[in-house]
Amino acid sequence: MTAIVDTLRLTAEDALGLVERGEVSPAELHGAYLDAIAERDGELHAYLRTVERAEGTSIPVALKDVISTRGVETTAGSKILSGYVPVFDATVAARCRAAGLTLLGKTNTDEFAMGSSTENSAFGASRNPWDPTLVPGGSGGGTSAAVTAGLAPWGLGSDTGGSIKQPSALCGNVGLRPTYGTVSRYGVVAFASSLDQVGPVAKTVRDVALLYRIIAGRDPEDSTTVELPGPVALPEDERLDGLRIGVPRQARALEAVEPGVRAAFESALGSLEELGAEVGECDLPLSFDYGIACYYLIAPAEASSNLARYDGVRYGPRSDGATYREMVERTRDAGFGDEPKRRIMLGTYALSAGYYDAYYGQAQRVRTLIMREHADAFATFDVLATPTSPTVAFALGDKAADPLAMYACDLLTIPSCLAGLPGLSVPCGLSEGLPVGLQLIGPQFSENTLFRAGHALERSLGLDLVPERLRA
Amino acid sequence: MSISRDQVLHVARLARLDLSDAEVERLTGELGAILEAVSKVSELDLADVPPTSHPLALVNAWAEDVPRDSLPLEDVFANAPAREGDLFRVPPTA
Repeated sequence: MTAIVDTLRLTAEDALGLVERGEVSPAELHGAYLDAIAERDGELHAYLRTVERAEGTSIPVALKDVISTRGVETTAGSKILSGYVPVFDATVAARCRAAGLTLLGKTNTDEFAMGSSTENSAFGASRNPWDPTLVPGGSGGGTSAAVTAGLAPWGLGSDTGGSIKQPSALCGNVGLRPTYGTVSRYGVVAFASSLDQVGPVAKTVRDVALLYRIIAGRDPEDSTTVELPGPVALPEDERLDGLRIGVPRQARALEAVEPGVRAAFESALGSLEELGAEVGECDLPLSFDYGIACYYLIAPAEASSNLARYDGVRYGPRSDGATYREMVERTRDAGFGDEPKRRIMLGTYALSAGYYDAYYGQAQRVRTLIMREHADAFATFDVLATPTSPTVAFALGDKAADPLAMYACDLLTIPSCLAGLPGLSVPCGLSEGLPVGLQLIGPQFSENTLFRAGHALERSLGLDLVPERLRA
Repeated sequence: MSISRDQVLHVARLARLDLSDAEVERLTGELGAILEAVSKVSELDLADVPPTSHPLALVNAWAEDVPRDSLPLEDVFANAPAREGDLFRVPPTA
């Protein structure tokens, strides 16, 4: 049987059109993606599990395995949740269901979304569709690899310090980390609650905007959420006249940015200028000097608190122990992998008596300054632009033994996450035959502006983002 | 900045982690290196800067106090490792 659609090239928007016009049924489309998964996911391991039956009236969606799905195992990439079958849907999963989307499967992630390569998944790493010897980025490498390899028309990830944007850059697709508070975290396995955000990943900016429209908005179950100030606008403009784009001088000066990434980024800035945008420079000195240190105190501190709930009492596997305490300590040692343990230890230390003010308290003050720096930059610019990742996709194993090297992957994505700002990663070229992402950062609630800029850039560059090795 | 083996053991006890000797040894080195990197935040004099705990300036997100059904007990216990009647069964606390 010949495939009814070419999932490698089909955008979610076109897929929606096919279903709406009755040319393809939801079940047929779901089946076409399952066929593609059967063909290519043995190599990529983007999915932890798939759902055979299409339940819905629209197109499929892939959900990162930190998103609770009623009746479908949800592990967050951790042994400590293996076998856990949620009895309720996360609000974002429920909104996808309400929109008629069929759940295609749960995608791989670094354990508890802690990592930049998916190598920390307790169930094995995912691979990059451009070259399976390379990582797809992380923590949302599963969703990102699935979208690029035609194993899902679109999907949801979660982003704490770059887990949506960085894998999108490394796999060559579009990822949005929305403004903090615009998307519900109810039912999403918590990592660092003042930073975690759910967001869409897709082939095009318009697809990302369409999925954002489905999931965004206040949720009574998550009191940190707010209503959007206005409706999500699907970008149409091909011109960017008058848009003021600021490039942080400090991001430009970073030695960690590979020459090929730098070249693709600078060339894309030229394209943005040709589209009518004004490109200038801004300063974010503290954000780049202190961002990582600030993040790696705040995120582990919050994680150590959030992960305290995994005690072997109410769900998850349990280790034997003669006393309650022994059972809990053994369960946690057996259930958590190395990276969550590192972060629990670091966070517990940073919050412990005698160290709280010097570490966590100080980091919260640095966070204030990072927010102020960004606010100052937005007095002059509508959006800020940097490369999303300092490097293209790297080899599996390259950074796995060096936590600090892995943490540095998120050097460029972390500052805006700390400031609660939305960020969009859009493909902006290739380096060494691998995709490079451009990160657009805007003020809170400026998603429509990011969509407009990203869409115009995407149209003007016209990149073919199907990995060469997968092209027919 | 370094962290001693005893401090690691103390923190592991606070964090309810029964680490193996090999883990304690590895974490002592790794946490020392990470702490040295993150200690950078102490370079700044921030006495006058207020802390940020949350990126949105939300205050008092009130909700109506509306009674509604809780999860059915069968759902509550669906993933329980050990159940006794309508209770989660655990080993004795001492």
